[in-house]
Amino acid sequence: MTVRASRHARRLGRLLVTPSVVALLAWMIVPLAMTLWFAALDYRLLDAGPARFAGLANFAALLADPGFYAAVITTLYLLALALALSVGGGLVLALLLDVAAFGRGALRVLVISPFFVMPTVAALVWKNLMMSPVSGVLAWIAQGLGLPAFDWFAHAPLVAVAIIVAWQWLPFAALIFLTALQSLDSEQREAAQLDGAGPIAMLRYLTLPHLARPAAVIVMIETLFLLSLFAEIFVTTGGGPGNATTNLAFLIYQQALQSYDVGGASAAGLVAVVLANIVAFFMVRLIGRSLTA
Amino acid sequence: MIKRMLLTALAVSAMTACSGAPDDGVSITVATVNNSDMMRLKTLSREFEKTHPKIHLNWVALEENVLRQRVTTDVATRAAQFDVVTIGSYEVPMWARQGWLAKLDQLGPDYAANDLIPAMRQAISVDGIQYAAPFNGESSITYYRQDLFRKAGLVMPAEPKWDFIVQAARKLHAPAHGTYGICLRGKAGWGENMSLLNTMAHSFGASFFDMNWRPQFDTPQWKTTVETWSGLIRDFGPPGAVANGFNENLSLFASAKCAMWIDSTVGAPVLADPRSSGVADKVGFAAAPDAGLGRRASWLWTWALAVPAASRKAAAAQQFVAWATGPAYAKLVASREGWGNVPPGTRISLYANPEYRKLAPYAEVTLAAIAAAHPADPAIRPVPYTGIQYVSIPEWQGIGSETGRIFSGVLAGTTTVDAALAEAQSATLRQMAKARK
Amino acid sequence: MKRGAAHRIVLTALAWAAALAVAFPLLWTFITSFKPELEAVAFPPRLTGVDWTLENYRTVLDEGGYARSALNSVVIAGASTLAAMALAIPAAWAMAFAPTPRTRGLLLWMLSTKMLPPVGVLMPIYLIYRDAGLLDTRAGVILLLALGNLPVLVWMLYTHFREVPGEVLEAARLDGASVVQELTQVLLPLALPGLASAFLLIFTLGWNEAFWTLNLTSTEAAPLTAFMATFSSPQGLFFGRLSAASILSILPIVAIGWFCQRQLVRGLTFGAVK
Repeated sequence: MTVRASRHARRLGRLLVTPSVVALLAWMIVPLAMTLWFAALDYRLLDAGPARFAGLANFAALLADPGFYAAVITTLYLLALALALSVGGGLVLALLLDVAAFGRGALRVLVISPFFVMPTVAALVWKNLMMSPVSGVLAWIAQGLGLPAFDWFAHAPLVAVAIIVAWQWLPFAALIFLTALQSLDSEQREAAQLDGAGPIAMLRYLTLPHLARPAAVIVMIETLFLLSLFAEIFVTTGGGPGNATTNLAFLIYQQALQSYDVGGASAAGLVAVVLANIVAFFMVRLIGRSLTA
Repeated sequence: MIKRMLLTALAVSAMTACSGAPDDGVSITVATVNNSDMMRLKTLSREFEKTHPKIHLNWVALEENVLRQRVTTDVATRAAQFDVVTIGSYEVPMWARQGWLAKLDQLGPDYAANDLIPAMRQAISVDGIQYAAPFNGESSITYYRQDLFRKAGLVMPAEPKWDFIVQAARKLHAPAHGTYGICLRGKAGWGENMSLLNTMAHSFGASFFDMNWRPQFDTPQWKTTVETWSGLIRDFGPPGAVANGFNENLSLFASAKCAMWIDSTVGAPVLADPRSSGVADKVGFAAAPDAGLGRRASWLWTWALAVPAASRKAAAAQQFVAWATGPAYAKLVASREGWGNVPPGTRISLYANPEYRKLAPYAEVTLAAIAAAHPADPAIRPVPYTGIQYVSIPEWQGIGSETGRIFSGVLAGTTTVDAALAEAQSATLRQMAKARK
Repeated sequence: MKRGAAHRIVLTALAWAAALAVAFPLLWTFITSFKPELEAVAFPPRLTGVDWTLENYRTVLDEGGYARSALNSVVIAGASTLAAMALAIPAAWAMAFAPTPRTRGLLLWMLSTKMLPPVGVLMPIYLIYRDAGLLDTRAGVILLLALGNLPVLVWMLYTHFREVPGEVLEAARLDGASVVQELTQVLLPLALPGLASAFLLIFTLGWNEAFWTLNLTSTEAAPLTAFMATFSSPQGLFFGRLSAASILSILPIVAIGWFCQRQLVRGLTFGAVK
C-alpha cells in the first residue's frame, strides 16, 4: 500500500464503508436474532397450538441425531470433491487453452458456457440426459466401449453430485488460471527454455508455483458457495440413497420444509453458522493472509 | 415526443394500477401441481375468465415437492399469497381441523356434490363437511405389457398375487433386449418410494404404527415387504431405479422398457394415448397385487382444490373451484379434447358414461381399485391412523422422508434390509418422541 | 522446431476436445429440445432420421408466463447488482485506499455471512416479508439478492482497486485533485474493466439464484428460475419439454455472457494475478 492514508481519508473511508457494514449487519442480525429465538421454541408449523418455550431441547435433539454428524462429514467431503474436480479440471483446461494454436476466442466461449447455467437446470440436464443409466449419454458411451452402464446415483451419488457442481464451476477456475497463465512473463519462459528446461520442468518449477495464488482464490470463492450447496442435491438425489448426499444445508431443509419443525431447523441453522465461521477462521489462516497481504 | 411517451407511460401505469380495483374485478392466484390434468385446466381456464369477466386468474404451477413446501408455508403462516391451493387427501383433514381452510359446502346446485365417488368425498371432508373439491382421484394398479406376456406364455390374472408378480418379473426380465422385468418407485420421498412401500406393507399384513403409536418396522411383515420390494428392483428392475419416481417410471414404461409397473392410475391415460406412449396398443391393466390377506396394494389419493381461510378473495376463489371441479368442466374437456382426457377418479357419472368407457380401457380397473381402497381402515389389524400410502399425522412428512431415504439405501447396496429396518425403527421412534414431548 | 509444431497441433486438438466436452451437455440439451418426446428418451440416441420438431418449444411457450418471467429475471438480476454495486464501490474503495487495522477482519467477516445456508433463515425472512408486504414483490427479492451477493462483490472490487497503482492516485492528489475528481477522473477509468467484470459476475449469480426467488415469489415477481420449476418434472415423457424449457431459461444469460465474455474474463482475477 503506497498511498498513505491521511486522517481525513480514514474518516472518509469509515463513512464509505458504513453503508455496506450496516446493511450486512442488518441482514445478519435480524434473521439471526429471530433464528435464535425460534431455536429456543418448540415451533411446528403444522401444529395449531402456540409455540412453546423449549430451552435447549432443539439443540439436544440435533446433537443426539446421528444424521447430524454424517451431514457435517458429507458437507466437507462434498466440498473437497467438488473443489478437487473443478480446480484440477480447470487447471488442465487452462493449460490446454493457453497453448492452443488457433480459435482461442471460440474455445473460451465453449468453456465459459456452463457458468451461465442455473444450478437447477444443470442438475436436471445431468441427471436426465447425461447420467441416466437407461437413456443417458454416459450409458451410451459405456455401451460403445462394451461396458455396462454405470448407475451413478445408486453407486456413487456423492461423486455424481460433485461432478455436476464441478462442471458449473469449471469455467470459473479455468478462466482465472488462464488469466494468470497469460500474465506469466514470456521473458521468464524464454529464459527458462534457453537454460534447457524441458516442458515438464517448466510446468513444475515455473508455471505451477505461479498458479498457487489463483488456486487459493478459486478455493476460497467456491467454498463460499459450496458450503451451502442445495439445489443440485434437491434435484438429483434428495439427500439419498440412505443419507449419502445429505449435507448440512439439506439436513436443515429436511427439518424446515419436510418436517416443518421450525425450532429444530433454526437450531441446525445456528450450528451451521458456527461451523461456517470455523471454516472461515481456517480459511483466513490458510488463504486470507496471502490475499490481503 | 418525450412528453407523449411519458403521458402514455403514465396512462398505462394508471390502468395497471386500477386493474386490481374492486369494480374492475378481482385477480386470484391459483397454486397447482404441474401434472397433465392440471396443466390442461390451466389452459382451459381461459373459458372461465370469459364467462366470469370480473375474475382474473394468476397461475403458479410447480413440481409436487416445491408446490407442497410453498403452499404449506403460505397457508400455515397465513400469508395469503394463494387464493386457491392444490392439496391432497393427506393435507385436507389435518388443515381443516387447524381452521386453515374455508368450508366448501356451498358450491352451488351445478356442482352436484352427490355425484362424487363416496371414497373421494369422504377423503376431503371432516365431520361431514367438505373442505376441498376433488379435481382428480387415483388409486394404484398393475400395468403390464400384453405382448410380452403372450410371448412368454404368461397370463396376467385380473387380481394378481405378489408371488405371481415376482415369477413374471423373473421370466420377463431381458436387459439385453432393453426390457426390464418390473419398474417400481425407488426414489426417496414420502410421496415416492414410501407411498409404494407403505401400501405394499398394508397388503402384506403389516401396519406403520400399532394402536400405541409404536412403529412396526421390527415385524416380519415389514421385512417381507422391504425384501420383496428391493428384491424385485435389484434383480429384475432397470438400472438407476434409486432415482426413479412416478414420472421416471412412466417414461420408462411409455418407451417400452418395462414389462410391468405397479403405480398410480394417473399413468393410464398417458400410456393408452399413442401420442404420448410407445406402447399404447400393448399396455394391459390389472388390479394391484395382494398377498391374499384381505388388503390389496391399492392406495387412494385425490388432488383437490381448496381455499385457504386467510384468502381475502374467497368468494371469487370458490366460484373458480366450483367451476373447475364441477360437471361443466368435464363437459368442456370432453368437447375440446375428448372424454379420455377428462380428469378421472372423482365422479360416478364419468364411469357411467358409455363414451368414456369405450375410450378408456382402464376405466373399470380404476374404479375397482378405488373401491378396494379403505383409507379409514387400511390394515388388517386396527390402527390409530387413516391413510394407506401415508399416515395422517403432521409428523408423517418428516418420518416418511427419512425412512424413504433409509430404504433407498437398500437399493444402492449401502445397507442391508435388516439394518435399514432397524434404522427406520429408531429414526421413527426419535421423530415421534420429539413430536410428543 | 518441427517437433514443437507437431506438439502444438496435438495440444490444440486436445484443447478443442476438452472444450467441446465441457460444453457438450448444453449442446446435447439443445439438440434434445428439438426431438419429439419419444425420440428424446430413445436409446441409443439417434441423430439421423429424427423427426425434428418445434413442438416442445410451442408447448412450453403456450403455458404462458415466459415473457414476464424473463423480464423479471432481467429486472431482479440487474437491479440487485446495481444496488449491491452502490453499496460495494464506496466500501471497497475505502478498504483499498484507506485501510485500517480492522479492514482485513471486516472483509473476512463479510465473506463469512455468505456461508450460512439460506434455508436456515427462510422462516424468519418469510415472516418478516409477510408482515412487510414484500412477498412476491421484485423489491423484496432484489433486496435479498443484493445483500446476499454484497460480500463477494466487495471483495472482488477491493482486489481490483488495489491493483490500481497508488502512484497514479498520489500524483493526482499532489496535483490538487479533489476526492471527487480523483474518483471520477483517475480511479474510474482505471477500474472500469474491473467494474464491468464484477457487474457481469454478480448479474449472472443473481440470474441463477434459485432458492429465494422460488420461495418468496409466486406470480408478479417470479423470474425464470420459477418458470423452470414448472417444467422440472412434469407428467409423462418430459425430456424434450425439459430441454426446451432449459434452453429458454438460460438463453438470455448465455447470450449476454457470450457477448460480454471478454469483459467478464478480463476482470475475473480476484487479486490472483499480480
